[in-house]
Amino acid sequence: MHHHGAPSGPAAADVLVVALAVLSLAIYATGVVRSRRRGRWPLHRIAAWCAGVTCVAAGLVGPIADAAHTNFAAHMVAHLLIGMLGPLLLVLAAPVTLALRALTLARARALTRLLRRPSVRVLTHPVVTALLNGGGLWVLYTTDLFALMHQSTPVYVLVHAHLVVAGFLFTVSLVGPDPAPRASFGTRAGVLIAFVAAHSILAKWLYANPPAGIADGRVGAQLMYYGGDAVDVVVMALLLAEWYRAAARPSVRR
Amino acid sequence: MTSTESATDRRIVAAGALFGAGIAASMIDLFIFHLWLQWHHFYDRSTPHVGLVADGFFHAFGWFITIAGLFLLADVRRRGEVRWSRWTGAVLAGIGGFQLLDGVLNHKILRIHQIRYGVDLLLYDAVWIGTAIALLVAGLITLRFTRPARPR
Repeated sequence: MHHHGAPSGPAAADVLVVALAVLSLAIYATGVVRSRRRGRWPLHRIAAWCAGVTCVAAGLVGPIADAAHTNFAAHMVAHLLIGMLGPLLLVLAAPVTLALRALTLARARALTRLLRRPSVRVLTHPVVTALLNGGGLWVLYTTDLFALMHQSTPVYVLVHAHLVVAGFLFTVSLVGPDPAPRASFGTRAGVLIAFVAAHSILAKWLYANPPAGIADGRVGAQLMYYGGDAVDVVVMALLLAEWYRAAARPSVRR
Repeated sequence: MTSTESATDRRIVAAGALFGAGIAASMIDLFIFHLWLQWHHFYDRSTPHVGLVADGFFHAFGWFITIAGLFLLADVRRRGEVRWSRWTGAVLAGIGGFQLLDGVLNHKILRIHQIRYGVDLLLYDAVWIGTAIALLVAGLITLRFTRPARPR
């Protein structure tokens, strides 16, 4: 995990990322063991959590993350892993549901109360999460933040922490097995369409105006366009599958 | 025809039309003209900003209605028999309708991109719009002939 000639990302940050990844796997595993009394926790959710943590970690340390300092295509692969694919897999692992099963009744109730707080509801509203997620990308690529990020380690850490958190909140506000006070289907569909549009417009803008001083700008922009599509098409299918399940109830009249 | 039957019929037409317009918006252009023939490119410097923004929304909407059309079709299927001729007519009308919109609004009015560069466009535009109208008319005729019988 050496950064050959990279101006930022010292080994301490790498160690922190690996430690956090191992910790999140350990916490999830503890949850799976403790919730056994309520029946077996599905294997595919465990696999989703492991894959999600791996995606995020691979985007932050290792060969892809190292290459991302000097190559825009590698940077974009890392961002797709950290901000889109990783968060989607983490959401599909249903961490909140697992926590509610594993915790004692009193603590599970406290968690439910916390999630129902108005501030949490605002923070998980799709319009807010889409602005956090998409707005963050616009600021990163259309201002000097991208250059600044490669010069300052604190900025680098903050930008990448924002990517993971915003990606997770955005995904969980739209789809997933966890119980959440979700916005209406129409609102979520509209937000998702607007987000995909904004993402593809930004990718095309980046193709025409790639960041200075970094290789493979146009390849990176096309990766953002097609890679973003691939993940978002899965999110669209999950959202519509929810409509499909709800429409199965015979009383539905439109 | 009962109200349930007419609701199912509307749903199969919507399923086909959404899927047709969706694949026309998200796939036909991408796979045939962009990747296979390479007549137009990922980004065109001459595209005005409003065109770029409109293109982004067409693109996102195209994917969404493609998948929505498939889920609607699955919904009709689990409720009973699917009348495939009716669905096909709706798909044709959807493709033709979107290509017509694409050929007139996107190519000519918003000028997002042209069909091909360095050639006389008139022929290409005429073939594009002509094909779109032919598909739309074929779809509408199919829909007319497969209309469910109405009780008098």
